[in-house]
Amino acid sequence: MSATTRSQAIAPYFFILPALLLFAVFSVYSFGLLSYLSLFEWDGISPVKQFVGLGNYWSVIAHDRVFWRSFGQAAQITLMALVFQNSLALLLALAVNRRLRLGAFYRTVFFIPPILSEIVVGLMWAWIYDGNYGIFNELLRAVGLSHLTRSWLAEPATALTAVAIIHMWKGFGWGFVIFLAGLQTIPQELYEAATVDGANAWFRFRDITLPLLLPVCVVVSVLTILGTMQIFALIMATTQGGPGFYTEVPITRIMASMLGSSRLGYACSQGIVFGLILLTVSLAQLRLTRKTRAA
Amino acid sequence: MQTKPMGHGARGTGHGKRNAPTLFVAVLSVVLFLTAGCGKGLKPLSMVRVWYWMTDREEAFTELAKRYHRAHGVPVRFELYAPSDLYAQKVRAAAQTDGLPDIFGILAEMRDFASFIQAGHILNLTESMDRQTTPPWRDHFFPVALALNTFRPGNVYGVEPGIYGVPIDVMNLQIFYNKRLLAKLGLDPNQPPQTWQEFLAVGKLANAQKVIGFVSGWAELWLIDSFAIDYAIHLMGQKKVESTFAGEMPYTDEDWVKALTIFEQLRDSGLLAQGIVTMGNKQAEQLFANGQAVFAFNGTWGVNVYRGMNPSLDYGVMMPPRIREDRPMATIGGAGSSFMVNAASPKREAAVAFLQWLTADDQQRFLLEATQNIPANQHVAAELSGPLAQFADDMSAVVHQRLFRVQERSVVIEAFDKGIQAILIGEETPRQVVQAVQHLKRHEEARHASLHQEAVHATP
Repeated sequence: MSATTRSQAIAPYFFILPALLLFAVFSVYSFGLLSYLSLFEWDGISPVKQFVGLGNYWSVIAHDRVFWRSFGQAAQITLMALVFQNSLALLLALAVNRRLRLGAFYRTVFFIPPILSEIVVGLMWAWIYDGNYGIFNELLRAVGLSHLTRSWLAEPATALTAVAIIHMWKGFGWGFVIFLAGLQTIPQELYEAATVDGANAWFRFRDITLPLLLPVCVVVSVLTILGTMQIFALIMATTQGGPGFYTEVPITRIMASMLGSSRLGYACSQGIVFGLILLTVSLAQLRLTRKTRAA
Repeated sequence: MQTKPMGHGARGTGHGKRNAPTLFVAVLSVVLFLTAGCGKGLKPLSMVRVWYWMTDREEAFTELAKRYHRAHGVPVRFELYAPSDLYAQKVRAAAQTDGLPDIFGILAEMRDFASFIQAGHILNLTESMDRQTTPPWRDHFFPVALALNTFRPGNVYGVEPGIYGVPIDVMNLQIFYNKRLLAKLGLDPNQPPQTWQEFLAVGKLANAQKVIGFVSGWAELWLIDSFAIDYAIHLMGQKKVESTFAGEMPYTDEDWVKALTIFEQLRDSGLLAQGIVTMGNKQAEQLFANGQAVFAFNGTWGVNVYRGMNPSLDYGVMMPPRIREDRPMATIGGAGSSFMVNAASPKREAAVAFLQWLTADDQQRFLLEATQNIPANQHVAAELSGPLAQFADDMSAVVHQRLFRVQERSVVIEAFDKGIQAILIGEETPRQVVQAVQHLKRHEEARHASLHQEAVHATP
């Protein structure tokens, strides 16, 4: 290989070196340190760490009922997001894709919630839901439904769903943008041909749009699962995990272990268990999708 | 004449020449990127750095830093990191990387305070406190404020006895009451309810007038915990509470059931604001400042907060109302904010000197005027008037869990406080809560005993 060819071969690596270094420092090294610390009982301050091996993992899996409860609650919000948030995103994308008037306006407006700060959104919705002076209760009273008024974020029956609604309101814009981009890659000739063959709107959606949109649906679903399971800032801005443990999610439990109980090693093991479950779910979903497409 | 076409060789040579500068720029960029931020900045070597979290003191601290520099020639820089959760995380992270500033505070339990000391991060200030000055530095402070920064001989944490922190201000938690709303409910605005039953009775009156009775940031567990411990100590005495924390008495004791029953009574009285279990303290302060709530359980900082939000608010301050006639009411309080000196700092002496100056009469008077917080300097506190004077007077009735011989474990405290929230929303009874808490307490004690045994066996 000539010197010139060699330098041409090496050159691209120099350009990706900064990104690789960033990844190595902030991802690979961090994960390694996290895994190492998870094997210790450590408060994050003492110079001495006590080696407990897999004891922290055993505690998380076998004894930490609150952690698994928080996991189930995050999963509930995720399920609602997968069904309602993504359905709404798809419907709106289909509508906007039909070259509606003010399509550009809708594209902009629908993308505003995702770019707002989660804390600001949480505080805003906390006032809307407030049991004493909230707009939502006032609206209910105005339409003669005062018997339905309540403190939406403070009652066990409604707190988690109320938080889920805020999350879905904030999150549907991402799915909308991705679905819209996906819809615009589907060749129009397919729809024209189907129309000529007598297919109605439903058949065109079922037999053309959905199959060709499947890869996009997978991407949106995986992103929804990963993003929703890691919900945190919204919880802190609205309920702080209350009432009781009714809106606790895995990240708030990890924070509680780390800062509240000063159990850094245990918090690391919770984080790894949580991350491994998310990874497994994402890989399983990708595998299932590949099989479906192959079929 | 044919010119040689731009073949591979010629093109390769040309590209090779063009690549060299590009490669150089790329490598230089990487090196610059990696080394950027490594410099310590152009800070004077003698500058004393202070990390703090109290957002209401930014201007006051900046002014004091300037005054100290003018008077003593030592530059001081106050660095604000808020909110307090973020600050606490930053201090811990800095402790792990030996990046703590010269002066900082720790927002942590006594156990963590001990860990910081044992890790060599906090200077023992006993010698400085006892130096022959007139008066000795330690005599400036409210005894309880200093006690919260002190480890006594024979402490369970194994820390060398001594004073490790300097209180800057003191606080306690009481009930603010809106005089105008009390009058609206037909009550004497200058005679707030003194007993528990009188207090609960306000709930019915408030509901009838569509006024919120009682607000507090009870989404924040420490506030709900403070209210609960106030009444636990009032009902069963401090010794029994301490015994429970030490594992000598179970939470399932009837006294604890009685202590938690007050929350059932509060819930049933109609006094509590809707959604109080998910109400942050900022929201509670807003409701009270706007004249929408009769009572607010809050701390001394509330005086400054309400002054800022509604200067015309007409309110008073009272101790939480008594249940037992034979026992006085106590309230949680002590050092509001304290600063520690980094034991590893090369500017330790300068840092101690600055803290001595900061807690001197003139500076404490300035902080009082600027921030309306009760100064830790009790001589200056004696000059107070208005609601702050009442808070200062009640410093003698103050208790704090950190002064108990053993502190309860955080995970048990969390279960206890979340259990109170469950009582308030009608999900659990006091008996169910104490049983769950005791179960968790037993589990935690067993786990710690096992860890201790393993540590002993591992020690050569």
